[in-house]
Amino acid sequence: MSAATSKGKVRAGDAPLVKWTLIIVALAFMLVALVLPLASVFVEAFAKGWQVYLASIRDPDALSAIRLTLLASGIALTMNLLFGLAAAWAISRFSFRGKNLLISLIDLPLAVSPVVAGLIFVLLFGLHGWFGPWLDDHSVRILFAVPGIVLATIFVTFPFVARELIPFMQAQGTEEEEAALVLGASPWRMFFSITLPNIRWSLLYGVILCSARAMGEFGAVSVVSGHIRGETNTLPLHVEILYNEYNFAAAFAVASLLSLVAVVTLAVKKIIEDKTGIRGEKA
Amino acid sequence: MKTYGFRFALAAIALILLPLIGCKPGAVSQKSVTLLNVSYDPTRELYQDYNIAFARYWKAKTGQDVTINQSHGGSGKQARSVIDGLPADVVTLALAYDIDAISKSGQIPANWQSRLPNNSTPYTSTIVFLVRAGNPKHIKDWNDLVKPGVAVITPSPKTSGGARWNYLAAWGYALSQNHGDQGKARQFVAQLYKNVPVLDSGARGATTTFAQRGIGDVLIAWENEAYLAVKELGKDKLEIVIPSRSILAEPPVSVVDKVDEKRGTTEVAKAYLEYLYSDEGQEIAARNYYRPRSQAIAAKYASQFHELTLFTIQDVFGGWQNAQKTHFADGGVFDQIYGK
Repeated sequence: MSAATSKGKVRAGDAPLVKWTLIIVALAFMLVALVLPLASVFVEAFAKGWQVYLASIRDPDALSAIRLTLLASGIALTMNLLFGLAAAWAISRFSFRGKNLLISLIDLPLAVSPVVAGLIFVLLFGLHGWFGPWLDDHSVRILFAVPGIVLATIFVTFPFVARELIPFMQAQGTEEEEAALVLGASPWRMFFSITLPNIRWSLLYGVILCSARAMGEFGAVSVVSGHIRGETNTLPLHVEILYNEYNFAAAFAVASLLSLVAVVTLAVKKIIEDKTGIRGEKA
Repeated sequence: MKTYGFRFALAAIALILLPLIGCKPGAVSQKSVTLLNVSYDPTRELYQDYNIAFARYWKAKTGQDVTINQSHGGSGKQARSVIDGLPADVVTLALAYDIDAISKSGQIPANWQSRLPNNSTPYTSTIVFLVRAGNPKHIKDWNDLVKPGVAVITPSPKTSGGARWNYLAAWGYALSQNHGDQGKARQFVAQLYKNVPVLDSGARGATTTFAQRGIGDVLIAWENEAYLAVKELGKDKLEIVIPSRSILAEPPVSVVDKVDEKRGTTEVAKAYLEYLYSDEGQEIAARNYYRPRSQAIAAKYASQFHELTLFTIQDVFGGWQNAQKTHFADGGVFDQIYGK
């Protein structure tokens, strides 16, 4: 973006040789580190033809993995949307004790390794964990079942929506909302007519990042899944299983679905950035 | 205009989430039952075949439909999951030590190994070598693995059940070559692990490292895993070498009593394991390159399984508990020789 403003002003270090060397190095690195691996996924996926590709995705275990992944990321998204809004609202509109602590806590899942995140739930809900015996007595399954996978997904995607909203809402201030209230709007009216339209793009941006991460999560989910085929395997886990069964074409076919999600995410992210001029501070 | 775009985006998200409605676990009826078999890595293909056969047998016998769900992973990790509450109706793991661990947590009685014939091991295997086609490094027996310049692939015995069998097989061979001298056996095994460039965490991971990624000159592997790799990846790429002497690997099975009582699956879980000893079960094991216990089926598949001297962990190491304590516990012999 800053290149546009400095255009035309050639500085001492900007000799064409330096410029082109840098561009070529950057492009070559991108090609080797990003484009080639992504392309290889699709090449491998179609290595045995269309039929094998379709069959691997239509396989009942693959379909069940797709359903579970959508379910877990859908729930995680909804929860984080509600929480993110509430947290951003509280932090940007009110001042209270422990506000800074709350802001730091929201970032915790980004700092904790996903494996540890998974083990936290084993410690809580495992048969010998804190709540395990009680849950077992009441025949409630959390660990090695869908609820555990959903919880782990929520945990690792916790910060995404809130982190997008907080700086944006803080910067925006409260004048418009106060005006609405003074003019006699109900709090809900104010929220839907003023706040939501103002924050919609950063909200959507957070949602996109959150869902991409939720669908791709491997580590934490792997710990709490139990790897039961057709029941508790998410897409990333299913890819690993197929790969370990020498079923390379099918593994990459399923992996190509996840890669597609990534490409779509990138495209939507770019559109939002162009629309709003906001840029994510994290990948 | 802007608002319009936002509504459109919301609608798109709603569309993505729509398939979620109607996702709920299938109903359980009286006429059908599900079992969860928690197993180790290399048995995937075996139980794929066996589950079909058992479902057919059980349907004919009782009229009940049985669906068997599978979970695979490193043996120790799987045992850990069952201890933490993975509701396994049966466990079919790589070594007795891992089922002992589940037993200690109270879900299986301590005498589990005497409840089924042959130490609750319906099929056995052994440890062999997989080399590149043409055997360019001329590997024939264990003593070829300690030669300089030979890269050996084997997973970490700390995490992999198969790798512990590998380690113990090498140790047992060295003992037999040195008139039972433990010090010399230790030297031999230490020398061998000096030739290991990478320790994978599981047997299947080690196989892909060797076969798919092309690292190393020789893979120490389960016999069934070696055969499967040759079958899947091609005779023109890999070759199996049978050493003169190896260990009789006994991967045992057990029902998980606590889970079965709770789920009401005791009867079908027991039948599931007992049927492994039937002619059909034994034949499926043999077809998947496991050595059958049944003499008749073993004779039928004799050409597939090469003769070699096999020793048991009981005879050479005094059982799993001892072997584990001496060799694989923290600070044990493996830590001492691999740390150096």
